Amino acid sequence: MEKYIFYILSVIIIAFAVASVSSRKMLRSVIYLLFVLCGIAGIYFLIDYNFLAAIQLTVYAGGIIVLIIFSVLLVHHIEMELEMAKPLRKVLTGLLCLLGLGVFLYTIYNNDFNVVENNVTTSTADIGAKLLSYDAGGFILPFEVISLLLLASMIGAIVIAKGRKLNDKNNEAL
Amino acid sequence: MIAGISIYEILTVTSILFFIGIYGFITRKNLISVLISIELILNASVVNFVVINKYLYPDMLQGVIFSIFIIAVAAAETALAVSIIINLYRQISSVEVKDTEIMKY
Amino acid sequence: MNISYTILIPLIPLAVFLLLGLNSKRIKPAISGYIGVLGLSVSAVLSFYTAYQYFFVSGKVDGVYQTFVNKSVWMNFTETLHIDMGVLIDPISIMMLIVVSIVSLMVHIYSRGYMKGDDGYTRFFSYLSLFTFSMYGLVLATNLFQIYIFWELVGVSSFLLIGYYYTKPSAVSAAKKAFIVTRFADLGFLIGILIMGYFTGTYDFETLNNPEGAVILNWASTSFMGLSVITWALLLIFIGGAGKSAMFPLHIWLPDAMEGPTPVSALIHAATMVVAGVYLVARLFPMFYFVEHGFALNVVAYVGAFSSLFAAIIAITQTDIKRVLAFSTMSQIGYMMLALGVSGYDGHEGVGYMASMFHLFTHAMFKALLFLGAGSVIHAVHSNYLKDMGGLRKYMPITNITFLIAALAISGVPPFAGFWSKDEILVAAFEHNKLIYYVGVFVAGLTAFYMFRVYFGIFWGKEKQYEHAPHESPLSMTGPLIVLAILSAVGGFIPFSELITPDRIGFEAHLNYPLAAIATGVGLIGIVLAWVFYKKENSLSDKYALAFGPFYRWASDKFYIDEIYLFITKKIIFKHISAPIAKFDKKYVDGTMEGIGNKTVLISKAIKGIQSGKVQDYAFSFVMGAVIIALVFIYLWTN
Repeated sequence: MEKYIFYILSVIIIAFAVASVSSRKMLRSVIYLLFVLCGIAGIYFLIDYNFLAAIQLTVYAGGIIVLIIFSVLLVHHIEMELEMAKPLRKVLTGLLCLLGLGVFLYTIYNNDFNVVENNVTTSTADIGAKLLSYDAGGFILPFEVISLLLLASMIGAIVIAKGRKLNDKNNEAL
Repeated sequence: MIAGISIYEILTVTSILFFIGIYGFITRKNLISVLISIELILNASVVNFVVINKYLYPDMLQGVIFSIFIIAVAAAETALAVSIIINLYRQISSVEVKDTEIMKY
Repeated sequence: MNISYTILIPLIPLAVFLLLGLNSKRIKPAISGYIGVLGLSVSAVLSFYTAYQYFFVSGKVDGVYQTFVNKSVWMNFTETLHIDMGVLIDPISIMMLIVVSIVSLMVHIYSRGYMKGDDGYTRFFSYLSLFTFSMYGLVLATNLFQIYIFWELVGVSSFLLIGYYYTKPSAVSAAKKAFIVTRFADLGFLIGILIMGYFTGTYDFETLNNPEGAVILNWASTSFMGLSVITWALLLIFIGGAGKSAMFPLHIWLPDAMEGPTPVSALIHAATMVVAGVYLVARLFPMFYFVEHGFALNVVAYVGAFSSLFAAIIAITQTDIKRVLAFSTMSQIGYMMLALGVSGYDGHEGVGYMASMFHLFTHAMFKALLFLGAGSVIHAVHSNYLKDMGGLRKYMPITNITFLIAALAISGVPPFAGFWSKDEILVAAFEHNKLIYYVGVFVAGLTAFYMFRVYFGIFWGKEKQYEHAPHESPLSMTGPLIVLAILSAVGGFIPFSELITPDRIGFEAHLNYPLAAIATGVGLIGIVLAWVFYKKENSLSDKYALAFGPFYRWASDKFYIDEIYLFITKKIIFKHISAPIAKFDKKYVDGTMEGIGNKTVLISKAIKGIQSGKVQDYAFSFVMGAVIIALVFIYLWTN
């Protein structure tokens, strides 16, 4: 049963990913991305990482996609068709990507993974304890760094998006 | 663990996703589309972290925690990218990649 | 004997130099003159006190004059090889202190009158102080490196003072010439010092000069091209001394150096700096004497004798009175060198060394006097040339008398100072080397002749009508003349033989009557000849000049030594060595470098299109590179 669900999810992910990078309508492209992200969240559910799936849905699907949609709406007409790359470039890039994929798969299938059969379930409490632990192997320092990074990027985003209009009242042209 | 699915199959899916992202990054002509491609690439790598954690080291949480960090960084990156795109649109009224090449030589 | 206060002797002029040099625009000329004179008076008093203490109170232990050293390590190279800074007190350094103090003080006082109204009055005094500081430092140096440092400093001050009238092209070129020639000679000095340091492991005079020390006893341990390396070092050091002391063939800068103000010529180019070479040889005298059985000392003797004769002949033909005096200086320094060269070491054998120092002392007095007197005349007539002078005795009585005393002193007429020192030199030469003795006697006659030629030419000769009646110089100028004249007259009675000898013991000097009579006679013949030729205006001199014909012209043009130098440098070195090298440098070395630069620019212009500025192009290249590298690794790992 899970096997088939995984295949379905895989097909969804790959199909929508392709659609997302080839759609000529901006907004559609973003929505296809949303489906991809949801499919990935499904994979997380399948391998029993429920907390991660929830994060995937809230942060990606709920946050980032909304952000991108807003920016699309701010800078585009919804009906606008996107300009496409030259066919030669598409073919070249496609070949390059296929070659890279070949390298990847060749490496993966030649590698003997030491798979451990298990059914361990990870609780949110474990993740939280690990994140805030300051023992050996604890992640308190990266956690703090990430919080700082988020703060900094928030301020940076505000300052950049605000532009120079408010700082320079005399120069209305900018 | 997904019953009946080996790690190879999952890694194959993520590799395909990764190269679709790269294809998009190189061929798309619009900054927001480029951003979407980057999200695809990031997601492919996140899934890799998680899957390897689950299949090879089920007793540990490093992969999961790294995925959380990557998601956080992706969120920060997206926020900044969107603000830059909006600012750029104000300055040159365009979000096309070909209009943002003034840094060449 | 506590000598720590002697460090003040050089430091006071240094302080004056800094004070005047840094505030040259702010200090009034009159005040700066007083500051200079005052500072130097203090130094002079200290020098006299030191001399008195040393020679008559506490310098002698068991009948031998001791060396007192007060120094501290400045730069440390190895256990034994280090450069010190300090003061060294021994008979010759004290003697030089006295000479520098007296002449410098007199010149300072004199300059207050001579330089009156000059634009760079304060600058002049600051330079004089710098020079005096350097000269004191040179005299008091405790080791070869310290002496070298101050050696260069006097060179610089000499350069500054020769080029004092820096708006005059001839003064500028003379300053450059003096600097370059002496600098060239100093290269030899430096190499000599380095060789000395390398092979002996010390720069210290006391260690080097100790007759029983390892340096002198082991001189034969290393040899190079048939001579001991120590001899080579001494010869190279002597090149430095010869450059500073204007010995043939490095003398060409001295006549041109007369472009400087006359007090400068009196101080630097007659009395003090130019005898630094003699002082250097005297300073290293035990080494010169003992190493290689005095080979280097013989070189000194012959160079001195030749320069002495050479300069005396040129001096006869010159018409610029300062140039006559310059060649006379060169000739007299040759005398001193010659005296050092024929000196022995023990007891009465050391008469040459003593005579050299004696002559250095007396010569400083009367040559400074001659220059200052000439300056006084030039000040009155506004010309350097003999043809513009004549009959000045009526206008300038004090200058006349003092100049006459100096001329008598240099000619070796008893009882003036020059007689005594010259006599000792001739005694030493007679006892050791007859050839040099004959040269010495001949030069004595020539000296008397050219000196009185100048004297009669200035103060007697033709009764010239002057546009502005010349008048006697002010007291600030005649005062020093009188002081120096007294010293020139009585300086010969100082018992040098008891104070300054190589072995420091002292001996009783006796006048060698036959030799003294010969020397005096030759001198008198020279004076009489000059009297016949130049006392009254007549054509006798021109006739004889014509009789000597080419030789006269040859001597008058200074034996074309300058031209030879110019020929060697310009025609040979510049044209056939420097110019091709410069061409090679421009064409090939520069060309290669510029070619590389130009090619880089061209290539980058051609390939800059690769940098499209589009992130996606870069991403494409990046991914491609990554894939290729991955393929390479896979290939390497699987095989």
